[in-house]
Amino acid sequence: MSLHTLSVAELSAGLARKDYSAVELTQHFLDRISLSNPVLNAYVTITAERALADARAADASRAAGTAGVLTGIPVAQKDIFCTDGIRTTCGSRMLDNFVAPYDSTVVERLSAAGTVLLGKTNMDEFAMGSSNETSWYGPVRNPWDHSKVPGGSSGGSAAVVAARLAPVATGTDTGGSIRQPAALVGISGIKPTYGRVSRYGMIAFASSLDQAGIMAPSAADCALFLQTIAGFDPRDSTSVERPVADYAAELTTPVKGLRIGIVKEFFERGLEGPTGALVNAVLEQYRALGAELVEVSCPSLPLSVPTYYVVAPAECSSNLSRFDGVRFGHRCENPRDLMDLYKRSRGEGFGAEVKRRIMTGTYVLSAGYYDAYYLKAQKVRSLITAEFKAAFTKVDLLIGPTSPTPAFDLGAKVDDPITMYLNDIYTIGANLAGLPAMSIPCGFDGHLPVGVQLIGPHFGESRLLSAAHAYQSVTDFHRRIPAAYV
Amino acid sequence: MNQQSVDAGWEVVIGLEIHAQLATRSKIFSSSPTAYGAAPNSQANLVDLGYPGVLPVLNREAVRMAVKFGLATGSTIARRSVFARKNYFYPDLPKGYQISQYELPIVAKGALDILLEDGSIKTIGITRAHLEEDAGKSTHEGLGAASGIDLNRAGTPLLEIVSEPDLRGAKEAVAYLKKIHTLVRYLEICDGNMQEGSFRCDANVSVRRFGAELGTRCEIKNVNSFRYVEKAINYEVVRQIDVLEGGGKIVQETRLYDSAKDETRPMRSKEEANDYRYFPDPDLLPVELAEDFIETVRATLPELPDEKADRFCSAYGLSRYDALVLTSGRDLADYYESVVRAAGGIPAAKLAANWVMGDFSGALNRDNLEVATARVSTDLLAGLLARIQDDTISGKIAKEVFESMWADGASADAVIEAKGLKQITDTGAIEAAIEAVMAANPGQLAEYRSGKDRLFGFFVGQTMKATAGKANPAQLNDLLKRMLAP
Repeated sequence: MSLHTLSVAELSAGLARKDYSAVELTQHFLDRISLSNPVLNAYVTITAERALADARAADASRAAGTAGVLTGIPVAQKDIFCTDGIRTTCGSRMLDNFVAPYDSTVVERLSAAGTVLLGKTNMDEFAMGSSNETSWYGPVRNPWDHSKVPGGSSGGSAAVVAARLAPVATGTDTGGSIRQPAALVGISGIKPTYGRVSRYGMIAFASSLDQAGIMAPSAADCALFLQTIAGFDPRDSTSVERPVADYAAELTTPVKGLRIGIVKEFFERGLEGPTGALVNAVLEQYRALGAELVEVSCPSLPLSVPTYYVVAPAECSSNLSRFDGVRFGHRCENPRDLMDLYKRSRGEGFGAEVKRRIMTGTYVLSAGYYDAYYLKAQKVRSLITAEFKAAFTKVDLLIGPTSPTPAFDLGAKVDDPITMYLNDIYTIGANLAGLPAMSIPCGFDGHLPVGVQLIGPHFGESRLLSAAHAYQSVTDFHRRIPAAYV
Repeated sequence: MNQQSVDAGWEVVIGLEIHAQLATRSKIFSSSPTAYGAAPNSQANLVDLGYPGVLPVLNREAVRMAVKFGLATGSTIARRSVFARKNYFYPDLPKGYQISQYELPIVAKGALDILLEDGSIKTIGITRAHLEEDAGKSTHEGLGAASGIDLNRAGTPLLEIVSEPDLRGAKEAVAYLKKIHTLVRYLEICDGNMQEGSFRCDANVSVRRFGAELGTRCEIKNVNSFRYVEKAINYEVVRQIDVLEGGGKIVQETRLYDSAKDETRPMRSKEEANDYRYFPDPDLLPVELAEDFIETVRATLPELPDEKADRFCSAYGLSRYDALVLTSGRDLADYYESVVRAAGGIPAAKLAANWVMGDFSGALNRDNLEVATARVSTDLLAGLLARIQDDTISGKIAKEVFESMWADGASADAVIEAKGLKQITDTGAIEAAIEAVMAANPGQLAEYRSGKDRLFGFFVGQTMKATAGKANPAQLNDLLKRMLAP
């Protein structure tokens, strides 16, 4: 039996029927990890002992009759979520030695639900990157083609799910970091509404944009896991006190009558190639399922990339100030004085992309530049938010591509940050407006997967998931596994 | 350094920035306790340490206290205020930024009346009062060449109260500072302890020719007693005038007051000043206050010092000065009023005022005690006053009785009885004593009778001595006048 090809619901049922134990299931994934991770470099830390202990506890819970739906299901955590007693690197040399003394809310909730922690996944340093090449631990390889990137920043999580080295993984999305890698490796990934999932214990990149989410083969898998991590957390002031919908129960809501907005600006430029054709095919599929397609416009959306690359670096320049070599993280050898300690600890601890963004962010917040950059960017952000809001008075969901191209070659864009930044052109809008969005696989450009993006109104996760599920009920792209990992 | 130069056409302009530590049990953004004097770093949790992933959660009590201050000073309470990050690197600032309020403070545009030396009232404008977190402390004691960081104080809530540049000299500045000091203790939002740093102030000082534009100011940092504030300002004023009269220019800078040398010294100049890169803190939502919340806080306002002083003048017939002294602390005012009530009300008011301001306050100061820990209760002091009022003892003997009461907590009656201090009001006994004194001093008697009136006092003294001070002074006076007459 190929346990790794089963969905979360199937695994849960199998565990309930005692077809296999959580320990057996966990061991199956650990075996696959030890075999494939050396090539993929998708896990930074493999927590085999912890996983087996979690699995034994899950089996005991199952025997005691206290198991829930997710009890015993293995999961990989992006290495941005603090895990008590287990190293949390955030893909940075700065935190190579950092062991958090506490669990993030996402980790805590998944532990409480009885899931099994397989390990911590590789990522772009401090989640800054779109190819997973800025990681101190080296690039992750795309399971579909080892010469390609898996996307980023949640490249490790994307790769472990695509290669079925975990049934599901957590991710974080600041400008597309769940959706773009999900698209590039052919899996589903959901970034919920800003405030839906607690940011407590998630190492901050850009606080007003960061949001945790789930990466898994299908929308149905995402629904089950999102159910567990979503909800108000008094430790995060930006988390929203509002009941969480029953995603699994609402998953089968039909698409008939659903109004889907085709965002004009998403289809205007650079979408002539295979990606455009595949996304257009999705539109036809939804039409066939009974959805109504409506063209809508968000005229300020083309400004989202420059807006994002002002707001996100501004926040990161401040968020990353705490990494100063004083209390935790990398400290330089033999500092001469305080300034030397700061300069060398940070100079050695951070990589080039992180430094670039800290410098950019410091610049846009500086006296004399604040109004021209930061304030202006916030105004554009408000404009984009308002345009989305207006669009949602006409339609239930928006649709567009996730990424302009399929996975590109490792090293192809590392020396060209602007080209790299343009990868996020379709995904950033949802972050700026705080909207829930998801990417699902919609076909192949040659041997490389392509994703389509759905964007919902605030707290419209349920609608997103059911629309994705309807599409996945009539397609099988989400079930495809790279040949080498079947 | 001469006072004349101050008079020679120079006007002094001062604005104060007062930091009042709010008397909340826990910190402004974390659950750590705020108690003073704990072992270093024993009151710093992960939020205070600025650990990766942790988030601030606003303490509502700090907001309530700030609103209370705003209402008590007739200020505008912002229905929406915003926390901002003030970015700079320093080892005692764990996050690399201080959370403060910048463009939108919670309290603005208030005023406070102060009493000037000439008895006139002056209104001092309060520009704003905003909430912020305190930093930690660097320590060097016993650490050799190394520096230690104590983060117990990091995250302690502060209300920074900024005055308009309305103060025209050190004395006015101190009067204003004392007024705020009294107010925050009345409101029970700050313990006012200057030695422990719970109430401290920075003074912005400049001088100008009368009628001229404002001069360049210097900021004197962290002066921690009323006396030092006065001395520091006076030093700074003379220094600035000397510079200007010598043809020099004032450099805008931050200066530190050295109380040992009684001088201010430059700390850092504007050229080295940080660009703080303020921007709204994305981890905290704007503070939005509902009308009914503000009204709830208003309902908790106590009688304010000015209102109380007015009432003391009108109800008890006290002088303005006495009323101000007695209302300088809420506990002292309460003590006074209890004494008056216990001593029979209005007729005892003036006597009670003299005793509370005099011997009672003197004993508190001498023994470094608070009203709450005073050794003579209000009932006991009232008992003493009753014995003065019914002529059992004289005012002079009462001082002796008070000291005994203070020493062992006994009642006035018990002390009078035990020490035999009951006043002699028996005319015969006093006459007998006077006769004996006259007989013993024939020379003085003759001189007095020949017109040397000032010897009257000699006879008072001798008779008092003979009665061990117990003769009723008024009776003694009358009898002496009659018996000494030729």
